Amino acid sequence: MNDHIVTAFTDELEQLSNDLLRMGGLAEAMITDACSATMRGDLVAASAVIERDREVDELEAAVEQRIMEIVARRQPMARDLREVLAALKVANELERVGDLSKNIAKRASALGNLATRDVLKGVDRMGRAVASQLSGVLDAYRNRDECLARRYWEADEDIDQLYNSYFREVLTYMIEDPRTIGDGAHILFMAKNLERIGDHATNVAELIYFFVTGNYLDAQERPKIDGLAKS
Amino acid sequence: MAAADDNLSEWSPSAAKDAESVKVRCHNVSVMYGDRVGLKDVSLNIPDRAVTALIGPSGCGKSSFLRCLNRMNDTIPDAQVSGEIIINGVNVNSADVDPVALRASVGMVFQNPNPFPKSIFDNVAYGPRIHALADGKEALEAIVHRSLRRAGLWDEVKDRLSEPGTSLSGGQQQRLCIARAIAVSPDMILMDEPCSSLDPVATARIEELIDELRARYCIVIVTHSLQQAARVSQQTAFFHLGKLVEMDDTGRIFTNPAEGRTHDYITGRFG
Repeated sequence: MNDHIVTAFTDELEQLSNDLLRMGGLAEAMITDACSATMRGDLVAASAVIERDREVDELEAAVEQRIMEIVARRQPMARDLREVLAALKVANELERVGDLSKNIAKRASALGNLATRDVLKGVDRMGRAVASQLSGVLDAYRNRDECLARRYWEADEDIDQLYNSYFREVLTYMIEDPRTIGDGAHILFMAKNLERIGDHATNVAELIYFFVTGNYLDAQERPKIDGLAKS
Repeated sequence: MAAADDNLSEWSPSAAKDAESVKVRCHNVSVMYGDRVGLKDVSLNIPDRAVTALIGPSGCGKSSFLRCLNRMNDTIPDAQVSGEIIINGVNVNSADVDPVALRASVGMVFQNPNPFPKSIFDNVAYGPRIHALADGKEALEAIVHRSLRRAGLWDEVKDRLSEPGTSLSGGQQQRLCIARAIAVSPDMILMDEPCSSLDPVATARIEELIDELRARYCIVIVTHSLQQAARVSQQTAFFHLGKLVEMDDTGRIFTNPAEGRTHDYITGRFG
């Protein structure tokens, strides 16, 4: 695609994109670090994750400010307009990813007395899958690749699958030994948070597809697994 | 969407879907200025009681096309117009169409306000007088008052109708010219960059007026301001190098146009 005649406009859109990618990178690292801190029971690392959420929030505010200025000064049209609107929503999705990661990190202290940390392997598994999903979506954003965005949008099914099977696993622990119910509840919340992060990554994929093509992905088309009904 | 080569029957933006709402049908309209091509094979339908904006870079043919609608190209010595322009079932290029009568029914507002060196009243009364539209003084006054009201100027000039039209501000003069166009009960109003010499407040007044007038008239506006096209029109046609590239609902053109050239133009990437 050609550059704008006014190069400052191209630069501003590029800066916006860079801010979002930075936000995305931060959020992605927060997922991994939150899961890892919880796995290891490392409260210092968990606190660092909680602290970093503020940085994501600040970036979101900066992105909003930048978008407001672009709309006021450039009056973007067509794809530029879609890009700017999508960026506003992507920033919001990434901010939610930061919040959910923070919530996971907060549970590290609650799980300090866990009898065996093996039960947390599912968190690790889900965390890696979700971080990789977000990383792929951010690649699609960086390259304005609607095909890649679509592929990751469809892959949310895998995360739902992981969540459902982990849910059943933790439930089994809780049924077998009611003393684990407290820990189990925390673990289920973490798993749910990770599943929600997967949904946010999927939303970002939808937004990329929208701004690049001008069309919406049809939510009816995406295979959605709801294993909870059977659990 | 209507690309230049499309069959007319395939063209169906929402405002012109049913045949009754189409005011003007153009088929293969071309304009030559001597050896130079001004406009080439433009086919499109213009909806009634709606604003159609013509956009495109300088020299793209949008003003040439606008001038075809009331045969203003006749006034350019080496201009040659071909193709069909059907307004109310009549091809305006037919030999038996009187261009003066045509220009009364297809009124025009120009870039710079051009009131006659006459009083405000006489500016508006001029058209009805020469076309003998008023039967007596009272009828003429009624037309002038109604036209000034419809042009949103009445409250500002009702106590000074005998003052010269040129004593008004730029925005008021432009509304006076719109009142003058309306006074002869036109079918259509053509506007060629009507706000380019006005400040933002006067521009907003004209845009508000355009929005009100579209309830009664078919309006076609040429504008270099994409934001203005987006604000005032329901349909937008993009011209480039004398051809119609794309015409569609304005909302669609400015959010997701079908043609790459339209996209590059409206996002400031052209050239």
